[in-house]
Amino acid sequence: MKVLVQAERFDLGAQNAAFAAGHRDMGAIVTFTGIVRDLPDDPLVAMEIEHYPAMTEKAIAAMAQEATERFNLGDVLVIHRYGRLEPGEMIMMVATAARHRRDAFEAATYLMDYLKSRAPFWKREITAKGAAWVASTDEDEAALSRW
Amino acid sequence: MDVLYFAWVRERIGIAREKVETQAATVSDLVAELRGREERYAAAFEDVSALRVALDQELADFDAALDGVREVAFFPPMTGG
Repeated sequence: MKVLVQAERFDLGAQNAAFAAGHRDMGAIVTFTGIVRDLPDDPLVAMEIEHYPAMTEKAIAAMAQEATERFNLGDVLVIHRYGRLEPGEMIMMVATAARHRRDAFEAATYLMDYLKSRAPFWKREITAKGAAWVASTDEDEAALSRW
Repeated sequence: MDVLYFAWVRERIGIAREKVETQAATVSDLVAELRGREERYAAAFEDVSALRVALDQELADFDAALDGVREVAFFPPMTGG
């Protein structure tokens, strides 16, 4: 298991390749990458992500551990950035390795649902009109209830 | 204890962290104390249903006891991922 919380960009290809290497007993690897999305009506200048340094890594590691047990993962990787990001930049990635694809897909979805609502990050969108904190949605919270 | 504020809670109160001397038994008691301090605290804690709390870096409920807790953090619902 590897959890990285960082301001720097990460190399998706290199991370994927390193994660995929050395898992001879794992038949499936699923990766998800989150990107800063531009806003259709009010172009995004940047997204600022605040986090709670003392808690972030610990909280993500606990989720990754839970996912590992629940979906029989052979390995899991989570990278999540903070700080100022521009549209099109990668915010985060999750990779899961399991013996079979269903577990790998489910575990990645589970981790994304939990990262969205339980990892201590707060996003703020900066546009020409000003800055606004991104609000959580009922859908985000409801997504957790199916687990 | 150390009390930390994040995102718009931090903006409303105007500081990121502070030391608080309190006899509050629960998070809700602490919130009531803070709310009574100044208008900016009252604004930040106006609707606790819009807030989350962590005790020593673990998510907790507002009726949780503060006994032995060293760090309390208040913040809006998280928006990671």
